[in-house]
Amino acid sequence: MAKEIHLYTPLKDEDLEKLNIGDKVLITGTVYTARDAAHKRLVDLIEADKKLPFDVKGQIIYFVGPAPARPGMPIGSAGPTTSYRMDPYSPILLDAGLKGMIGKGPRSKEVIDSMVKNKGVYFAAIGGAAVVMAQAVKAAKIIAYEDLGTEAIRELKVENLPCIVANDIYGRDLYEEGVRKNRK
Amino acid sequence: MREINVNKIVPVVKELCIDASIYIGDDVVEKLKEFQEKEESQIAKEIISIIFENHKLAVEKKMPLCQDTGVAVFFIELGQDVHLVGGDFYDAINEGVRQGYKEGYLRKSMVDDPIIDRKNTKDNTPAIIYLDIVPGDKLKITLAAKGGGSENMSEVKMMKAADGIEGVIDFIVDRVKRSGGNPCPPIIVGVGLGGNFEQSALLAKKSLLRSLNEKNPDLKWAKVEEEILEKVNNLGIGPQGLGGRTTALAVQILAKPCHIASMPVAVNIQCHVHRHKSAVI
Repeated sequence: MAKEIHLYTPLKDEDLEKLNIGDKVLITGTVYTARDAAHKRLVDLIEADKKLPFDVKGQIIYFVGPAPARPGMPIGSAGPTTSYRMDPYSPILLDAGLKGMIGKGPRSKEVIDSMVKNKGVYFAAIGGAAVVMAQAVKAAKIIAYEDLGTEAIRELKVENLPCIVANDIYGRDLYEEGVRKNRK
Repeated sequence: MREINVNKIVPVVKELCIDASIYIGDDVVEKLKEFQEKEESQIAKEIISIIFENHKLAVEKKMPLCQDTGVAVFFIELGQDVHLVGGDFYDAINEGVRQGYKEGYLRKSMVDDPIIDRKNTKDNTPAIIYLDIVPGDKLKITLAAKGGGSENMSEVKMMKAADGIEGVIDFIVDRVKRSGGNPCPPIIVGVGLGGNFEQSALLAKKSLLRSLNEKNPDLKWAKVEEEILEKVNNLGIGPQGLGGRTTALAVQILAKPCHIASMPVAVNIQCHVHRHKSAVI
């Protein structure tokens, strides 16, 4: 793989135009956590034309429900959850200005099309490498839906969060291409 | 008759929960190394290196390997000469889970109602507990802490005899293919054959308890396991589904007799964070 590309949030279109599937990236800045339950609430707010708990424009949502933090640590283990469960919601958030998503596993055609339309990117993180991912998190605070426990929305300050570009703004899909190359 | 006070079970279960979430088995590490050497895809090799790095960091920081520390599934072998005293056996297991998930800083992933309320129980209970009565006066507790991502890619199919072994193999390979990168490959494919609808699923889960270094004692099934493993790794899915030859580290079959009309086949997918630990009281 090529050398790592540094990305800083909020993401700009010109940063994303340079990315291709298979690129290794290190993300620095703010990312917001959300899983199924938080996604449902966010999309319900958008559909009711209400304000979201954070401005999604240019931002990245990380599909993660972290383990509790040990004392003195910002977060517990924090690897990605499977992304297809967020597929029904992601196009609505991309339409609202979301630019990046971090998760694991392939996305639906609707999400890929929406990423092309909205210039959004999907980053794959390594599922199960949850301590490696947690090392990149420098601070974490719950900003919404505390009642959801691990599924609450957290604002994470990250430094060099390691990911791989799985879907770029050009509609290409590393899950599809990677498997095709290695099939026998 | 040997008496065991159920209070003795609580700390044992607690330790199992914490240890299983931090320390990966040597069998998994050995298999990952073996496959990494054979791997042709660069991205796949690198992903396996990150998995090793994660193993190391988890032990150093006493943090769980994966944030999804799973549903606590227990396989209990209770010696028939044991008399359990001092309280409710199932409550003791659940108390151990409660303490382990709290003190180990493990994630609480259980919701009380599966469909409508889906409210987190906040202590990772209830555990799922299977009990077998066996000869002797010991109590063996095996924890299989099962993550949701790989569990979601599992399936039971009621096949017919005419489908034959070819049909069964096709179904299993197709199940892995349809799972793609979702269950966090490299995976272990647990297969339950026979029994009835629910027993096949349980067999699939139990098959995962076998060490990855151990061959199937039934040579007939050992051969089928090898054939399926080769087919699965030819799919090209690779680690995390991003392409490679390391899709599955092993295929493990458990088979039981079944009804003349039936041929149940269950596939239980296990991710590379393969958490199994046993203790004997």
